[in-house]
Amino acid sequence: MTEALLKVRDLKIGATVYPPGEKPHDIEIVHGVSFDLAPGKVLGLIGESGAGKSTIGLASMAYGRGGVEITGGEVWVNGRDILKTSHGDIRKLRGGEVTYVSQSAAASFNPAKKIMDQVVEAAVEQKKFSRKEAEGRARELFAKLGLPDPDNIGERYPHQVSGGQLQRCMTALALCPEPDLVVFDEPTTALDVTTQIDVLMAIKEAIADTGVAALYITHDLAVVAQVSDDIMVLRMGNTVEYGNTDQIINNPQEEYTQALVSVRSIEHEEKKPTPDPVLSVDGITARYKGLNFDVLHNVNVELHPGQTLAVVGESGSGKSTLARVITGLLPPRDGEITFSGRKLSGDLKGRTREDLRELQMIYQMADVAMNPRQTVGTIIGRPLEFYFNMRGAEKRKRIIELLDEIELGEKFMDRYPAELSGGQKQRVCIARSLAAKPKMIICDEVTSALDPLVADGILKLLLDLQKIEDVAYLFITHDLATVRAISDSIAVMYQGRVVRYGPKSQVLSPPFDDYTDLLLSSVPEMHLGWLEEVVAHRKMESAGN
Amino acid sequence: MHPIIKLVSQRLALGFLLLFGASALIFGLTEALPGDAAQAVLGQAATPEALANLREEMGLNRPALTRYFEWLGGIVQGDLGQSLTNKLDIAESIGSRLGNTLFLAFWAAVVSVPLAIFLGLLAVRYRNRWPDKLISAVTLTTISIPEFLIGYVLVYFVAVKLGLFSPLAMINDSMSFWQKLNSIALPVIVLTLVVLAHMMRMTRAAILNVMQSAYVETAELKGLSNFQVIYRHAFPNAVAPIVNVVMLNLAYLVVGVVVVEVVFVYPGMGQYLVDHVTKRDVPVVLACGVIFAAIYIGLNMIADIVAILANPRLRHPK
Repeated sequence: MTEALLKVRDLKIGATVYPPGEKPHDIEIVHGVSFDLAPGKVLGLIGESGAGKSTIGLASMAYGRGGVEITGGEVWVNGRDILKTSHGDIRKLRGGEVTYVSQSAAASFNPAKKIMDQVVEAAVEQKKFSRKEAEGRARELFAKLGLPDPDNIGERYPHQVSGGQLQRCMTALALCPEPDLVVFDEPTTALDVTTQIDVLMAIKEAIADTGVAALYITHDLAVVAQVSDDIMVLRMGNTVEYGNTDQIINNPQEEYTQALVSVRSIEHEEKKPTPDPVLSVDGITARYKGLNFDVLHNVNVELHPGQTLAVVGESGSGKSTLARVITGLLPPRDGEITFSGRKLSGDLKGRTREDLRELQMIYQMADVAMNPRQTVGTIIGRPLEFYFNMRGAEKRKRIIELLDEIELGEKFMDRYPAELSGGQKQRVCIARSLAAKPKMIICDEVTSALDPLVADGILKLLLDLQKIEDVAYLFITHDLATVRAISDSIAVMYQGRVVRYGPKSQVLSPPFDDYTDLLLSSVPEMHLGWLEEVVAHRKMESAGN
Repeated sequence: MHPIIKLVSQRLALGFLLLFGASALIFGLTEALPGDAAQAVLGQAATPEALANLREEMGLNRPALTRYFEWLGGIVQGDLGQSLTNKLDIAESIGSRLGNTLFLAFWAAVVSVPLAIFLGLLAVRYRNRWPDKLISAVTLTTISIPEFLIGYVLVYFVAVKLGLFSPLAMINDSMSFWQKLNSIALPVIVLTLVVLAHMMRMTRAAILNVMQSAYVETAELKGLSNFQVIYRHAFPNAVAPIVNVVMLNLAYLVVGVVVVEVVFVYPGMGQYLVDHVTKRDVPVVLACGVIFAAIYIGLNMIADIVAILANPRLRHPK
């Protein structure tokens, strides 16, 4: 093996935390991690939030975000320990030898400067290229990364290009100074699946063409399997498993890795439609105030009692707008909504308390959907008081029942939201909506902000609760794996229209319309070479047309 | 229409509306004061007949609204009217004094604005270390001491003891430019000390706020030096709030110098205004008030427009 470009030995990273009501104290967030990266190779760092993967990535640039500090170990880049080198040498390292691609290019580009100025800045500042050479290089990279109009796109400001394009510009920014190593920190997580696949391919080809080494950080094992040579699985600052990609994906040794590999494998048998739907949406057309175009066009869907309708689409497809119309937050311009046999008023003010009780909602961001100053018991108890006038022992008994149903139990009653994990918060939100004994719950991206294993747990819980409480779900998501796991019927939305609708088995079987085909084929699959297969398949198809 | 032209013209229209409102307010307030110009000229011992005659002569017995609109009609044609008490043309009397006030304010701004921004940048660069604390301590001390006290202290130590600058800031047309500058040195220093803290603190806060953003992290990870990160990436995005507070302070330099002018016996607008308020000379007070209001509104409007222009989303729409 050649001499390692990046050699990390027993890396320990700490941070100072400021818990409310306690004295600030130091904690360790990475507990002695070691790995090697040879020139031109890609190492995937994978783990859930809090695993320390971004922190380790930034440590390879001797950088600590916020109050984070490297407390021990060695980080060798190009033959020297960068934790012991001079301040001036670290500046040469950052932006010269090691560069960084962040999760959100939209936030990482300076809004006040042209893209080109930012892309060439490091290369010029590090005296690797003259301004003119660097600009030429940037244009080559723009072309290589498949950006439109590569000769002029650099003259634009960041807000003038799309999110996927900006993410590619960020990759160009990182590659422009000809670094030896690029740290990719969740570079495709914020993108839609159909955009993700293009950016992923662009990154992979750019890595291959330039021969640069890379640390690829993500929580999505299926994604990292497509780009990396080796994978390190991290959990709470410790290495769980470290090996080559083939071994990790096909022959994981540790239980935790096995769980990550087999995630998204919930099986759910589709139920047959009933004669009386609990919700039927007929010809809904809607627009927002101040806009002169419709956001929803003639939407027709039905949801049957005790079943799940998944509404799937990318950002901007109108799926959340549909939820707003059903809840009455956005009165439709045309069409009507029938709910448990009665016509619903388009405006929230026209709805009865019974309408409100029977139609509940769970949100993506559980932590902002709860009052941080109320205990879990108060939060779940509120709908019991409001809808059923429950008080005292009766209310307490019901709260405990609900806490048992969401698998948390009585001991959580007096806790505050801040003391709960992300998954536990979402469970409390589920209990709060169930407390109203609804006929239907709108679930708006309820698992999107959660780590895969936690999200799996929430989906299983929702399915179990559906059996017990006989509640129907309108499940809004952009994630097709979630759709497969939970739905009985599916509506695919694109640009405000339902482009495909029917029972799950029918929607997910060919022949597909173009958009559904694109959407389905873009979901990363957990096997090696998937990315190349999809891209080759698409090239063949477009050649055929 | 380009969105910027639209926004700027909206601001301009709003500015004129505000100016009109300010003039009505000033007129109303001078009317509400007890006594009038006739009373002030004739004094306590005046007979009712003499008062009535003088009011007739000054036109004070006509309804307030008529007088206001007469005056407004004059203003629109650029005529500020005549002083009630000494019959001099107001525009002429104000002319040279306004020039003096602006001269003083201009040099105070030339010294204080760059100094405040530079100190703000320095405070960010050495945040929470001794230079930051020293800058904050000194500027907060000078803003906390009344400006007339600073003025007298400077006169005593700098002018009298050290004999460096003139203790009186008298200027006239026969003086050369350098003589004038020498003459206003002390008031400029006092004004600078008064406005420095506000602008420095705002610069520091605005830049620190921007320093939390992801694009500053990107800049740091490019290996730029701390100063490069601050002035290339943080400063351009902190311009809007900084310009706002700078303009407020510039307006203060013009409008709020009354006390400093009195301390240094400087022939500016402040003294002129104070004199005529005691004489209840409404046209003069109105004229000064409207000029001050126009300067205030104008500077704040510039701040607004700069803030709009600093936003690349408005400058370069999709």
